[in-house]
Amino acid sequence: MLKSLFIIFLFQLAGEAIQKFFEISIPGPVIGLILLLLFFIFFLKSTSFKKIKKKISETSHQIINYLSLLFVPIGVGVVMHVNYLGDNLFKILAVITIGTLLTLVFTAFVMEKIINLQKKNVKRR
Amino acid sequence: MSKEDKLYEIWVYLQAEPLFWITLTLGAYLLGDYLYKKSKLNPLVNPVAISILIVSSILLIMDVSYDRYFNGAKFIHFMLGPATVALAIPIYEKKNLILREIKPIIFSIFLGIPFAILITFYLATFFKLDQEIILTMIPRNVTAPIAMGIAELIGGIPSLTAIITIITGIIGASLGTFALNIFKIKDMNARGFGFGLASHGIGTARAMSKNKTAGVFAALAMGLSGIATSIFILILIKFIY
Repeated sequence: MLKSLFIIFLFQLAGEAIQKFFEISIPGPVIGLILLLLFFIFFLKSTSFKKIKKKISETSHQIINYLSLLFVPIGVGVVMHVNYLGDNLFKILAVITIGTLLTLVFTAFVMEKIINLQKKNVKRR
Repeated sequence: MSKEDKLYEIWVYLQAEPLFWITLTLGAYLLGDYLYKKSKLNPLVNPVAISILIVSSILLIMDVSYDRYFNGAKFIHFMLGPATVALAIPIYEKKNLILREIKPIIFSIFLGIPFAILITFYLATFFKLDQEIILTMIPRNVTAPIAMGIAELIGGIPSLTAIITIITGIIGASLGTFALNIFKIKDMNARGFGFGLASHGIGTARAMSKNKTAGVFAALAMGLSGIATSIFILILIKFIY
């Protein structure tokens, strides 16, 4: 647990450092995600790393299980500061609701269509 | 000293301590999560929304400032960074599936991101919102730190972007399932991808809790859209204005 937490923190730290150094608009943790993924793909290939891989995997899944919880503190901030949206509140809520659901359906629709096309092509061969 | 005075004194002492607010947040979440599971994962019983409502009502009733609350809750908030890094692992574990669906993934990003940006722009214009608010809203579908960075770059108001982004996440997570069902989209990978692209981390958390593979596609979409949106917005903004 401690070892894998250390590794996860280390990758986040590396991500934050790279973000600051190159002044990129991608946040440190996302860069950390990419780095950890690359590390797993290219450096932990050999079976001798099986144990540490398993450990990191267990810890990661444990943290991700509580992903929802981690949004509560900022979410409370949203409720406490919602008056900042002022008179526009309802218009903004309308744009968010319609826009988000249309985007979600559109993206999933496009993906499903292409996945099905791909399946058909495989069958034809 | 009377009993009431003593109780008041204890309250004054406790509410100044981070421990109190961490415990409250955990308790509210456990209750929200219990109700979510009890409802057989009904998206409307979203555990994030429930815990936010419980905690903020208590803050409002007790007249406690957000700063005081966050002084404790920041210890929970802190784990958001490591949790994002940890999403590398489920993505890694499903790498073969992802490679198999690489074409649909690339297509969906290239069509989905411009769609997300333009739909926000046209809807906001339709509702006659000011240009500054429109620019504040445009990056709302990506994870908050990226959205805020983009807002700053294009002339929006980053702190408002953060609020709008979180609301986007909660709307997507709690209503997205119904929208997908209405349009009869059944493929779990496609559904997850939609959640991650349209409602970032909170949508991803919802997808993860429902189906592990859908969750992986959501996490992937969230990461990719964060990167792609920053690029697409800068190009599209030149076309719009």
